[in-house]
Amino acid sequence: SSRVVEIQSQMSERAVELLGLPEDRACLLLDVGCGSGLSGDHISEEGHYWIGMDISPAMLDVAVEREVEGDLLLADVGHGIPFRPGMFDGCISISAVQWLCNADKKSHSPPKRLYRFFSTLYTALARGSRAVLQLYPENSEQLELITAQAMRAGFTGGMVVDYPNSAKAKKFFLCLFVGPSGTLPKGLGTECASEEPHQAKFTNERTRFRNVKGKSVKKSRDWILEKKERRRRQGKEVRADTKYTGRKRRPRF
Amino acid sequence: MKLLTHNLLSSHVPGLRPGAGFPLRIELGHPSELPPEPSPGYEADEEFLRRLHHVLLEVEVLEGSLQCPDSGRRFPISRGVPNLLLSEDEA
Repeated sequence: SSRVVEIQSQMSERAVELLGLPEDRACLLLDVGCGSGLSGDHISEEGHYWIGMDISPAMLDVAVEREVEGDLLLADVGHGIPFRPGMFDGCISISAVQWLCNADKKSHSPPKRLYRFFSTLYTALARGSRAVLQLYPENSEQLELITAQAMRAGFTGGMVVDYPNSAKAKKFFLCLFVGPSGTLPKGLGTECASEEPHQAKFTNERTRFRNVKGKSVKKSRDWILEKKERRRRQGKEVRADTKYTGRKRRPRF
Repeated sequence: MKLLTHNLLSSHVPGLRPGAGFPLRIELGHPSELPPEPSPGYEADEEFLRRLHHVLLEVEVLEGSLQCPDSGRRFPISRGVPNLLLSEDEA
């Protein structure tokens, strides 16, 4: 469980970083799905104030016990964000927004809940501020649904993906802007991916034929040499490579 | 719940007219120590500012309720945490 805490803490740090808050003054932030106040603690450490909302009384009890700095509200964000217009300088959410996609038989449809959440959040945020929502999307349809409702509510922005090439470390942050569209921050761990050469390499080497997968064509001399090398590595007895290896035989062999 | 938070809250019950649902009335046992309206020139009044800061950021409502001025709907506060959950019919 301490590993989970560690990951949550890192994501909270990254989310606050992505908010791009001014460095000279304390801000008021909304923490959606604040739980036991782990992410809120990080906001307090940065010198900002926060108000947290969570649907679980048990988690909020833990937050009360821990004497977190922020104020806590027991609420379902799918019912709306109950604040006057323009009150917050920013909003973060760690691993909570995907829960709005759950279709509970009793409640409204997920698109309706998502729209209610995003539209009231948009109102509660000050102009020029951001909402950074870390989430674990189940699939691309869910991601599209969430993003669509956010755009419908008036937000601009997009998805920032950290470490997109690592299955384990990959993290999704939905970065939403209130007002004029800002530049989307760059995801971590994306530098190496963009290093791929877009031009053809010019070389003096005589190119040997390889197929699309990058493997040698089967039964060619290259293929035979590679197979012999593989078998040597496996410790099997293999004849030496000579100029006769893989030579063209007479048609009737 | 700090009084600063109360200042920012408004009722999220759907169907209220624009601007409604604010301010939520705090229902407690005891009266507040501050006057209902700030007197003119309050920015210079050190004593008043200090009491204001205390009330906004240091006083917490632990038990009581918040009442919507338009619908009359009450949101209970327990252990400092207001319960803003709506019923299925309301939402």
